[in-house]
Amino acid sequence: MPFTLTLSHFSAAIVFAFFASIVFGITQRSQARDQVRYGLYCFAMFVGGVFVAGWAMWFLRR
Amino acid sequence: MATAPKSGDKKNDAAAPAAMTTISVLAPAVGWLIPGAGHLMQKKWVRGILLMVSVVTMFLLGLGMQGHIYKPNGGDILDVLGFVGDLGAGGLYVFARAQDWGIGMISHATADYGTKFLIVAGLLNFLSVADAYHIAIGKKQ
Repeated sequence: MPFTLTLSHFSAAIVFAFFASIVFGITQRSQARDQVRYGLYCFAMFVGGVFVAGWAMWFLRR
Repeated sequence: MATAPKSGDKKNDAAAPAAMTTISVLAPAVGWLIPGAGHLMQKKWVRGILLMVSVVTMFLLGLGMQGHIYKPNGGDILDVLGFVGDLGAGGLYVFARAQDWGIGMISHATADYGTKFLIVAGLLNFLSVADAYHIAIGKKQ
């Protein structure tokens, strides 16, 4: 591959959430307004899940 | 008194088989080969471009993170599933294989993320293909 990229755990998760949410929003809803709302909902769930999983691992590690 | 079923009746619409048209075959096929193209050929410009940018960017980021591209194999079930996911990216997968990209060993955490980005890009394209088909048969606007 002509370029190499190094993302942190968090930035990789955010980028993943961003693009996955766009596709989920477009494919799972019909109307434009619903697509935007569902995309934002998915993004919030992804990012929220990252924080929840992060704190869960922090407590498990203690 | 019995009434004739209406054309807008959800129960009857669900039971009726979708008509096979040229666009209903072409849109998913082209959409698989070129992510988002299935929507673009049906004049869904914004959706098509957003899907294309999302899938292609995720695939390129996966390659940039030194992710692994699975080859056809009959071994470990996870490898088989990885191949199925990668294959969803269609033309991107074929091009990356032709360039011998994504064949290195996974040596650090972000490379494993890259592998997941590649697989998910393919899986998201499967969703995109299904959506293009549903638009083509009139099930979705």
